[in-house]
Amino acid sequence: MKSRGTFRLSVLVFGFAFLYIPILSLIFYSFNKSRLVTVWAGFSTVWYGRLLENNQVLDAAWLSLKIAAVNATGAVILGTLAGLSLARFGKFRGRTLLSGMTTAPLVMPEVITGLSLLMLFVVMEGLFGWPEGRGVTTITIAHITLTVAYVTVIVQSRLSTLDDSLEEAAMDLGARPSKIFFVITLPIIAPALISGWLLSFTISLDDLVIASFVAGPGSSTLPMVIFSKVRMGVSPDINALASIIVLLVTIGVVIAGIGMARQEKRRLRDMQMAAAG
Amino acid sequence: MSAQAPRPRRWGLAGRNLVVAVPYFWLLLFFLVPFIIVLKISFSEARIGIPPYAPLLSWADGHLVQIKLNFATFTTMIEDSLYWKAYLNSIKVAAISTVFCLLIGYPMAYAIARAQSTWRHILLMMVILPFWTSFLLRVYAWIGILKNNGLINNFLMWLGVIDTPIVMIQTDFAIYIGIVYSYLPFMILPLYSNLEKMDLTLLEAAADLGSRPFKAFLTITLPLSMPGIVAGSMLVFIPAVGEFVIPELLGPSDSLMIGKVLWSVFFTKRDWPTACAVAIALLLLLVIPIVLLQRAQNAEARGAHR
Repeated sequence: MKSRGTFRLSVLVFGFAFLYIPILSLIFYSFNKSRLVTVWAGFSTVWYGRLLENNQVLDAAWLSLKIAAVNATGAVILGTLAGLSLARFGKFRGRTLLSGMTTAPLVMPEVITGLSLLMLFVVMEGLFGWPEGRGVTTITIAHITLTVAYVTVIVQSRLSTLDDSLEEAAMDLGARPSKIFFVITLPIIAPALISGWLLSFTISLDDLVIASFVAGPGSSTLPMVIFSKVRMGVSPDINALASIIVLLVTIGVVIAGIGMARQEKRRLRDMQMAAAG
Repeated sequence: MSAQAPRPRRWGLAGRNLVVAVPYFWLLLFFLVPFIIVLKISFSEARIGIPPYAPLLSWADGHLVQIKLNFATFTTMIEDSLYWKAYLNSIKVAAISTVFCLLIGYPMAYAIARAQSTWRHILLMMVILPFWTSFLLRVYAWIGILKNNGLINNFLMWLGVIDTPIVMIQTDFAIYIGIVYSYLPFMILPLYSNLEKMDLTLLEAAADLGSRPFKAFLTITLPLSMPGIVAGSMLVFIPAVGEFVIPELLGPSDSLMIGKVLWSVFFTKRDWPTACAVAIALLLLLVIPIVLLQRAQNAEARGAHR
């Protein structure tokens, strides 16, 4: 028994070292004074200052944040509707196609999604004159299409593990479907919607390939700017940027994790009280 | 409303249709229709102009007068060994990376699933956390680690193990590292959710009947976790085949990966029909893995309801 415990522990230690050393090395070298990223020349925060003066990066970051927020909101609305349809409506015509269209984008290589969306936008512009040119609108549409899939999966799996007796009881008492949805279903799946929103937000913020296809002149997102810098080799201000992103994400994930754990606990307590009462 | 309906319908037909129709319409328009357009353009002839391909259908007075299918892009693709090599190489790279992801990911998922429940959530969060930080920046981190005066070489030279740096960056090895590293969470998560809900009494029974742990693992745990293995492998394999960023940043400049070929055909040569043809061929390659993934996920979902 003991040797198996050691085996598991060493697996975890090595696995997590593999996952985390690259990220930690990024952060470590962001405080390096030298321009040669990996040659240590003393502690310095010069690259953070340099980053904050770089308008190209800041503009791109602001643009990316705006696109990510709109995208996440759109994806949560569409994804909730799709997840609800798949989990609660039983069999309906075209269900297989809907389920396929919400699974395929998850794994579709980005070059295919990006190329095919660009072709659609070009053809649509030729036929209807919309979308006019390419830029923020086309990037947002492309990102929503990609991230709806993630939200759908999250919502659907949340709904299918949930027993629908509450919804049925409300219906028996004569509540209208839309009221049941907003008063009962929505609050219950709220944590799933929050994680779906956050996931869509980060995926959009992170996407290089699809955005590169459907972006137009003057709509360079943050990953596009990073990519053009990184192609030239390592540069310490990118390390500084990476460290800031890692810090923000860690804070976000930890807060979300604590919040969800707390809510889960409250739900369990409520259920116990309901059972005891 | 039919009498044999298993449960009362709580959404009116109109409301139901509206709920389904909105996401349906969006995905049809922005996910399915684009593939049809890509298919169409792949049969067009490249030309200089906007858009840079010739129309397939010619219309006159509202009548279809001509359909011009051009197979040239596909015949070039078949004749030009570059495309073949890129296909085969992409499949090879993705397959080998998937195997390594499985070899690292399975023991990790297993160890997490069998950890104490307080630890389980923390460990799981630690698997997901890197996935939330920028993919591009995590790939970039490996440049700093693998390059000639990077972390590994500096460390080994400091130890005195080597005198001259080992060339790791811009090699196929770096591509494998990048893919395994980036896609490892996609392997661990489905495996974990499978292993976590496994019925442990089966293993106890096997132990009671005198089976050694390793044999019990091979005959019980491994077969039962097959849907997780298939799902995880496909989640790694499918996107890895078309990967662009990793070979571009870590691999040799002449590395033949189909995602890179598509990118350069489109952005450098500006040959839209050929880019579309490459996309169609890549899509055909992925049909079987996608079907496998769907079946594995359905099997998992059924297992969860039981």
